[in-house]
Amino acid sequence: MTITRRGLLAGSMGALALGVSACGGVNKSSNNDATKGGDSGSLSTMGFGKPDDVGQARIDAFKSAYPKVQLNINEGDFDPQQFLSAVATGNVPDLVYLNRELVGSYASQGAIQPLDDKMASAGIKNSGYREAAIKEVTVDGKVYGIPEFYNTRNILVNGKALQEVGLTLPDLSTSDWDKLHASTVKLYKANGGRIARIGFDPKLPEFLPLWAKANGADLVNPDGSPNLEDPKVIEALAYALSLINEQGGWSKFKAFRDTWDLFGSGNQFVKNQAGAFPWEGWLVNVLVQASPKVDLQSLPFTDRQGNPVSFQSGSAWCLPKGSKNPAAAVNWMKTMTSTETWLKAGEARQATVEKNKSKFTGLWTANPEADQQIKAKYVKPGQTGFDKAIENYYASTEYAFAVVGSKAGSEIKTAWQDAVNRALSGQQKPDVAMKQAQAEASKAFSAAK
Amino acid sequence: MAAPTSVAATRRMTAGGARRTRNWREIRAAYGFISLWIIGFLVFTLGPMIASFVLSFTDYNAIDSPQNVGLENYRQLAEDQKVAKALGNTLVYAAMYVPASMAVALALAMVLNRVGRASGFFRTIFYLPKMTPTVAVGALFLLLLNGQEGLLNRTLRLFGIDGPNWTTDTHWVKPGLVITTLWSVGGTVVIYLAALRQVPKDLYEAAELDGAGSWTKFRKVTIPMISGALFFTLIVQTIAALQMFNEAYTMFFGGQQNSTYSNEAALFYVIYLFQQAFRFLHMGYASALAWLLFVIIMIITAVQVRVSRRFVYYEGERD
Repeated sequence: MTITRRGLLAGSMGALALGVSACGGVNKSSNNDATKGGDSGSLSTMGFGKPDDVGQARIDAFKSAYPKVQLNINEGDFDPQQFLSAVATGNVPDLVYLNRELVGSYASQGAIQPLDDKMASAGIKNSGYREAAIKEVTVDGKVYGIPEFYNTRNILVNGKALQEVGLTLPDLSTSDWDKLHASTVKLYKANGGRIARIGFDPKLPEFLPLWAKANGADLVNPDGSPNLEDPKVIEALAYALSLINEQGGWSKFKAFRDTWDLFGSGNQFVKNQAGAFPWEGWLVNVLVQASPKVDLQSLPFTDRQGNPVSFQSGSAWCLPKGSKNPAAAVNWMKTMTSTETWLKAGEARQATVEKNKSKFTGLWTANPEADQQIKAKYVKPGQTGFDKAIENYYASTEYAFAVVGSKAGSEIKTAWQDAVNRALSGQQKPDVAMKQAQAEASKAFSAAK
Repeated sequence: MAAPTSVAATRRMTAGGARRTRNWREIRAAYGFISLWIIGFLVFTLGPMIASFVLSFTDYNAIDSPQNVGLENYRQLAEDQKVAKALGNTLVYAAMYVPASMAVALALAMVLNRVGRASGFFRTIFYLPKMTPTVAVGALFLLLLNGQEGLLNRTLRLFGIDGPNWTTDTHWVKPGLVITTLWSVGGTVVIYLAALRQVPKDLYEAAELDGAGSWTKFRKVTIPMISGALFFTLIVQTIAALQMFNEAYTMFFGGQQNSTYSNEAALFYVIYLFQQAFRFLHMGYASALAWLLFVIIMIITAVQVRVSRRFVYYEGERD
């Protein structure tokens, strides 16, 4: 039996709203303003957030290229409930900006459209983007998003803490797990039962894909099915968990980490509250502004054989089902991610850097050509810790891997994150937690269309 | 005899007819006044409830048309480990929150009842937190309850007590949430205060003449006389606790950061329902979850009503 969707829609939404704030609404473009060339009419976006200097420069580039397109940017961050409500009611934005890891689930639900034909018409080539990013937005051989930023992970180190305990950078290599364990214990500091400094933060649960890869396993198989019960995944989780257990256990560890002033001048390096941790490149830009004199050191995350390994993530532009001005939307995607536009963004960032008397710490995008040109133009080589960290992040863009896009990507991620949280809190052993996660994720993968 | 009887009968009929006409007018006026509410109820409550009941027998992602799956969603409920987990969390939280909120509210109301002319001012002060958005309350208490540097544990440390990690230790997450939600106890305080003001003074005087102390007066006079208000808040608070969402979602599931560090000790039933509906687009399954909760709430409320007959005193009752 098939039930008419529209007839039930309002009711189902109302019944499930449960007092949660209603969606903010989306700027609506009219039905008749789509043109074949996509150079006029209105264009609404969802999830782009409030643009910074880099975002604004690219918006200006689009406006300059398509002056007749009336742009309506909804400044809120991506909200799944808002997006789903918009798609279900037909009040969709023309474009949606979301995390690439969500693309698989939305693609399988039919909430976003494949872009291959439109990309071909607009002259957008997959080869213009980093392979790992394209892989992340590809489901069943079709591309569903145009990748934008490209965040990779490296290890950032508090040189002051390192010197204090007489360690050197190689002591924090993730190739030798025993040595890293010993270094972590040495860097860790507690006063009267309360943590004063975390020695090495493995960044669980979010960096489990990185620890698993370093141990030779992927969380998602090439066909998109979950691989969460792999002994190597469990071993990696158990090891990373042991680092936390050596440092007071999860509840104390997390409570202490929550007190860090991550973006402020009194951040965890300035206050000597952290020894080392893997992190995305954007933190270097935060640190250089908040505490340019901090003794920052860095090294690549490596697998157990010593090869550098990093995983990437980032955002993508997608075309929702029912987008009313798809031609303009594709023009936007192309313009926002083109080399020329990124160069303008680089110019804007450089202007901000000069104004703040700061340092250009890099702009990492899914467009390798743009990255090379921006680096050549604005990144000044040097010997400081910041210079080396920037170099490490540029290097990692060449070898970073993607968690494979899956039609049950969202469910798989929730399953393994919940499992890690259960293991961290001591509710389950790593193997039991991952076994449950595998069962949950497999069920979701089988159910996904 | 026949004539007077007939006249009387006619008068009675005329009076009865006029009364009926007046009654009919009053009934129409009454329905007129409540019609907006009735329309609202039909459109925004009953309609969606019927729709969600139908959807609970379907596989529906809010994008494609729903497909009938019979009782499959309800069968899955029985197998889903997280349903049991979320339900257990919710019941434990309700068992902690409802008595705690009633006790705290009653204590505050009794204090307010003793305040003389300034009671209006204090009543407003106690009610103000209720006006704070619950999302803001959740965010605020994440800071106040931080195990390392939170205000609560800093205060406990002054007394030599090493407070627990309220927001990260699975054993303390629910007590922490109870403390958080007690922030909004002001509404219950106002209800209790109104009830306390209605207790006749002469009952206390009679009790004193019989030699009753403060505790006995509280137990034998105050509690029975405000039992109607206590029962009302018991029902309302229980339903609210079983539908716990805002504070827990803000503190442990909202946003990218919190969803990464989600804590299953705070996975309440409605949060799980919300995740199924809006994160995974399992609208049919979420509808079945909603109906299971509805049935549970109905059963618990029915038990409470049944039990209350022995304990609740209503003024004007015949026995």
